[in-house]
Amino acid sequence: MKEKWNKLSQKKAFWPVVIFLVILLFNGIMTGGEFFSLSIVDGHLYGRLIDIFRNGSKLMILAAGMTMVLATGGTDISVGSVMAISGAIACSIVNGNILPGLHGNVAAAVVLSILAGTLCGFWNGFLVAKVKIQPIVATMILLVAGRGIAQLITKGKIITVNSDAYYFINGGYILGLPFPLFIVIFLVGLLLLFVSRTSFGLFLESVGCNAKASKFAGIKVDRMLLAIYTISGAFAAVAGLIESSGIKGADCNNAGLNIELDAILAVAIGGTNLMGGRFSIPASIAGALIVQSITTTVLAQGVPAAYIRVLKAILIIVICLSQSKEFKGMLAAHKTAKKRKAVEE
Amino acid sequence: MKRKLLSMVLCLSVVAAMAMGCGNPKEAKNEPVKTSDAAKADDKADANDAADADDAADDAAEDTSGDEKLVVGFAQIGQESGWRDAETMSIQTYAEEHSDTIELHFADAQQKQENQIKAIKSFIEQDVDVIGLAPVVETGWDQVFAEAKDAGIPIVLLDRRADVSEDLYTTFIGSDFIEEGKMAAAEMAKLIGEEGKIVELEGTVGASAATDRKKGFDDEIAASYPNIEIIASQTGDFTRAQGKEVMESFLKSNSDIKGVYAHNDDMALGAIEAIKEAGLKPGEDIKTVSVDGVKDIFEAMAAGEANCTVECNPLLGPLFFEVAAQLKAGESVEKWVKSVDGVFTADMAAEVLPDRQY
Repeated sequence: MKEKWNKLSQKKAFWPVVIFLVILLFNGIMTGGEFFSLSIVDGHLYGRLIDIFRNGSKLMILAAGMTMVLATGGTDISVGSVMAISGAIACSIVNGNILPGLHGNVAAAVVLSILAGTLCGFWNGFLVAKVKIQPIVATMILLVAGRGIAQLITKGKIITVNSDAYYFINGGYILGLPFPLFIVIFLVGLLLLFVSRTSFGLFLESVGCNAKASKFAGIKVDRMLLAIYTISGAFAAVAGLIESSGIKGADCNNAGLNIELDAILAVAIGGTNLMGGRFSIPASIAGALIVQSITTTVLAQGVPAAYIRVLKAILIIVICLSQSKEFKGMLAAHKTAKKRKAVEE
Repeated sequence: MKRKLLSMVLCLSVVAAMAMGCGNPKEAKNEPVKTSDAAKADDKADANDAADADDAADDAAEDTSGDEKLVVGFAQIGQESGWRDAETMSIQTYAEEHSDTIELHFADAQQKQENQIKAIKSFIEQDVDVIGLAPVVETGWDQVFAEAKDAGIPIVLLDRRADVSEDLYTTFIGSDFIEEGKMAAAEMAKLIGEEGKIVELEGTVGASAATDRKKGFDDEIAASYPNIEIIASQTGDFTRAQGKEVMESFLKSNSDIKGVYAHNDDMALGAIEAIKEAGLKPGEDIKTVSVDGVKDIFEAMAAGEANCTVECNPLLGPLFFEVAAQLKAGESVEKWVKSVDGVFTADMAAEVLPDRQY
């Protein structure tokens, strides 16, 4: 039993999941159980827990892609802009503003906008892997230009769509559960299979630890990087679809604004080293849920608007400290010193 | 070799980034004023009070047309939103229609303060009669305003204020956000029968539109409608996505919300989706009142999902040129010329919708 427990707590995802549960529990106590209440409305589940999973789906998808990018020692700060591009393309197609020949076909809109995101990711990968620009600089190009591209597509206006089929991406339910959750399970499942069942994951860690040595060992580093940034772009496009579908429109100025920082934070809370190396996708998913649940907590507790950022900052500091081995070590040392003192006296 | 290639690609991508990031500069920059019939129709359709201003401006402009034209330089922020486009269109269309009396120098700053400052300096050199400006940011205007003042050219601020001492600019034309909040409160009271619980979606923390729209609304509710209770108020950052998420949360904590007041239409549109998710009917079970008057909220009102919007009037062209003509003629104007905002309710929506431009 104890062995099992030890094994479980050794897993990277263990502590993030515990923190997530603690945040939920805190909310449950503070709201007198109202937080956990689930009811059935119009044949689907309805409650704050459902909100966390649905609103957090974007971040979970981004964090999954971002984990791999960070594991190589790189970073992708263009994901928010890619979200804006994909939402702009999808809404414009559904609305018939561009490619009217498709007659607002939702499936075509989804496929084309994911393709656009893939292309953006490929561009990032090309700059990083082939041209050897530093990742933060390479992806900054799309961070700045991407939103401009999205605004060009929508001509700077918010495009509103009234397609029920398109709205299903965010607002739909299967078996009473929100559809975005199934998207997350599908994409993350696919990624996990790919990383754990092929040598890809191992190579990824090795590239993150030492790219040069990996190259001499025969790993095709360039190709790996290209693939990873492309996946990140494609995932960002899916997140963009979920976002724009939720508000039935493409809001290029605000879609995915600053979400790249949330995604990086989610991965960091998950315990993946931002300098590259060992990584855990499930831990990042838990990290994403923590970030989302902080927002939900703030809203559920009715914190005045002016204090939200401060409160979030404090929570994040606490979480990061609780994750830090050095800090725990310092605490432990402090405790033993106290004990020793007490004994001596 | 490799390094050359790298620098080439870098240069190319930077150029690409600049070209893309700037929207479509060619279209808007210093282009001769375009006329749009649709915009004219719009001008007439909903500028209920602007029509009077129109006439007044006509008269004023004619007075001065005897010897020379009214020369106005206007430094616009750039393309930002449908609202801003409508404002630009209103100014350009008006100048075009009165091209025999008005000469407009229009500069598009592409969201950059330095471009606006450059434009103002060139207006001073050209010795225009009046300089109009919609400042992109609040601070950093003292020096260039002082230069205009030394040159004896009055500065008229449009729809946004600048953080300078009052003697540096001549007047500000814009909406009274507090008044908008009060009007919204009156509409909300009408919709829910002057009693019940309501929630409020605030704009970005610190934005004057958010602070004043909240103050006007909250004060009016507290003063005139004691049976209405604002049970929750939270920022939705003026965006649809945030408006939806905050409303979702409100709906879970409170089961008897009768109305939602949003500081802009986009948050209301987000809230409408959240209300539907909760299995309630927006517009019936929960009434909505918002501010701005964008086209999408009119569509929602026509569909019966929204109830009321207080329009923040962007068609400031006629009023602006009226003030400019007065200034040229040496008349004094108020330090704050308030533009008139209108209220639109659901039953007016279907009628007005075809003419909406923004």
